[in-house]
Amino acid sequence: MADQHIDQQGGGRIPTVIADELHIVYRVHGAKTGKGSATAALSRIVKRGEERGVRKVHAVKGVSFVAYRGEAVGLIGSNGSGKSTLLRAIAGLLPAEKGRVYTNGQPSLLGVNAALMNDLTGERNVILGGLAMGMSREQIKERYQGIVDFSGINEKGDFITLPMRTYSSGMAARLRFSIAAAKDHDVLMIDEALATGDRKFQKRSEERIRELRKEAGTVFLVSHNNKSIRDTCDRVLWLERGELRMDGPTDEVLKEYEKFTGK
Amino acid sequence: MSESTHDGTVALSPAVSPDEGLTAGQLAAKYGLTVSGARPTLVEYIRQLWDRRHFILAFSRAKLTAQYSQAKLGQLWQVATPLLNAAVYFFIFGVILNASRGMSKDVYIPFLVTGVFVFTFTQSSVMAGVRAISGNLGLVRALHFPRASLPISFALQQLQQLLFSMIVLFAVAVGFGSIPDLSWLLIVPVLALQFLFNSGLALIMARAGAKTPDLAQLMPFIMRTWMYASGVMFSIPIMLADKPEWTATVLQWNPAAIYMDLMRFSLIDGYGSENLPDHVWAAAAGWAVLVALGGFLYFWKAEERYGRG
Repeated sequence: MADQHIDQQGGGRIPTVIADELHIVYRVHGAKTGKGSATAALSRIVKRGEERGVRKVHAVKGVSFVAYRGEAVGLIGSNGSGKSTLLRAIAGLLPAEKGRVYTNGQPSLLGVNAALMNDLTGERNVILGGLAMGMSREQIKERYQGIVDFSGINEKGDFITLPMRTYSSGMAARLRFSIAAAKDHDVLMIDEALATGDRKFQKRSEERIRELRKEAGTVFLVSHNNKSIRDTCDRVLWLERGELRMDGPTDEVLKEYEKFTGK
Repeated sequence: MSESTHDGTVALSPAVSPDEGLTAGQLAAKYGLTVSGARPTLVEYIRQLWDRRHFILAFSRAKLTAQYSQAKLGQLWQVATPLLNAAVYFFIFGVILNASRGMSKDVYIPFLVTGVFVFTFTQSSVMAGVRAISGNLGLVRALHFPRASLPISFALQQLQQLLFSMIVLFAVAVGFGSIPDLSWLLIVPVLALQFLFNSGLALIMARAGAKTPDLAQLMPFIMRTWMYASGVMFSIPIMLADKPEWTATVLQWNPAAIYMDLMRFSLIDGYGSENLPDHVWAAAAGWAVLVALGGFLYFWKAEERYGRG
C-alpha cells in the first residue's frame, strides 16, 4: 500500500483496468435466420463447425481504454449500446470473443439480484446474497444489522422475516441494493443502481456509493442520468453501437453527448 | 482503431508518462494486472471452491426450502412427496403388475421403495445438473464464483431431499419386518459414494447442458431407460434368468444398480449378500471416484466459457 501511495504522488498513474481491442459476441439460439426446420437444426448440431442457425449479436466492437486507480468512470450511450455488456466483460463474467481485459484483483459488479430467491425471507436472502458475493459467515453476521437498517425494511414493522415475494417492488429493490453495497470492492461497477427506492433512500444510496468509491480503487458507473454521472464521475466513456465513440473528461463528453441526443 | 484517430474522440491527455508506447499486454505485465475471467489453475480453483463451501450449502438449502414455501402444508411435502411416490409405485408394480417374482412381500416392498428413492437421487441430480448453468445464466453473468458451485450445490440439494425420503424409507423397512441393526450404518458410506458419483455426473451434465440446452429435453428419456434397465422394480438376476448371462452381469455392474443394491442390502433383513455381485464395494467406490474426478476436470476445463449463452 505504501509504495502505491508514493507512486500516486509522484505523478505516475497506476492502471487498474486495461481493455485491449475487446470484442463481445452473444449467441442467440432459436432466433434463426434462414431455414429454421428441425432437420436443419439437427444437422447443425451434428456437424458442429460454424453455427449457421445461431444469430450472433456483436455487442462490443473493439473497445480499448485504460482506467487508473482513483478514477470514477462513467459509461453513457443509448439503450443497447453495449454498456452493461462491457461492464460484465470487465468483471470477467462474459467471455471475450477477441481481445482481452486485464484487471487488478477481482472487479465486482454491484448486483446480487440473481442470487436472491423470492420465496425466502428477507433475512435468509441477506445471508444468501452475502455468501454469493463471497463474504464469509462472520462478515455477514457482523454487517447483518447494518444491511437491514440501511434498507429501512423494518421501519414499517417486522418485514425482514417475511418472504421477499410479499415486498413491494420498492422495498425489494432497497433490500437488494443494501445487500450489494455491503461489500468492499477493489474495482467496483455499478449498473444504474442509483435509481431505486424513494427520494430518501436514493440520497442514502448516493452517499453509500461515494463511500464505496473512496474504498474502491476504481469505480465504473452506468447511468442514463447525466446529473448523477456529473456528480460522481471525472471521466466518461461514450459507447454507441458497441464502439467507443468518445473518451474524456466528463464535461466535454457530456456536452457532445447532449448535442448528439438533441437535448 | 486507436482512441485518438477515431472520429470525434477526444484523447485523454496524460502528463508525459514512462508508460508511453507500451502495448496493453506490456502495461498489464508491468503493473501486475491479470486477464479478467481467465481460468484459474486446478489447485487455485479447488481453493476458491472450498472458500465458497458456505455458499454452496446455503444455496442448496435455500433451493430446497423455496420449493414448497407456497404450499399450505409447507415443508411437510418434503416427506409427503416421496411417500406418495412410493405408494404409486407399490400400487402399480406391487399390486397390478405383481413384479415381485421370487421375493416375499416383506422384502419386495422395501426393495421397491429403496430402489425408487435411490434412483430418484441420481435422476434428479442429473436433471438439475443439465440446467445448473443454462438455467442460472443470470447468476453466472452477475456474480463471480467458481461455477462448479452450482452443479455441486444442486447435487447437495438432492442429497438433502433424499435424507427426508430416508425417514419414509426407515418407516417402510421397519413396517415390513426389518429390524434396525449395525448394518444400517452402511447407509452412510453408500450415500457418500453415491453423492460423489452424482456430483460428478451433475458436473458433466452442467457443461454439456451449458453448450447444448436441448439436453434438458432429451435427458428424461435417457434417465427413464436407465431406470428400467437398473432393476428399480425387479431383481435383475431373476428377471433376466432366461437371457444370456452377460446381460444380467452388465446391468448389475451399472452404478445405479450397485448403489441401489448396497442400500437394500444395508436396510432389508431378507436381502442378503447373495444378491450382490462380487467386489461390489470396490465397484461402488470406483464409479464414485472415477466419475467425480473426471466430471470435475471436465467441468473445470471450460470454466472461462460459462455464461456466453
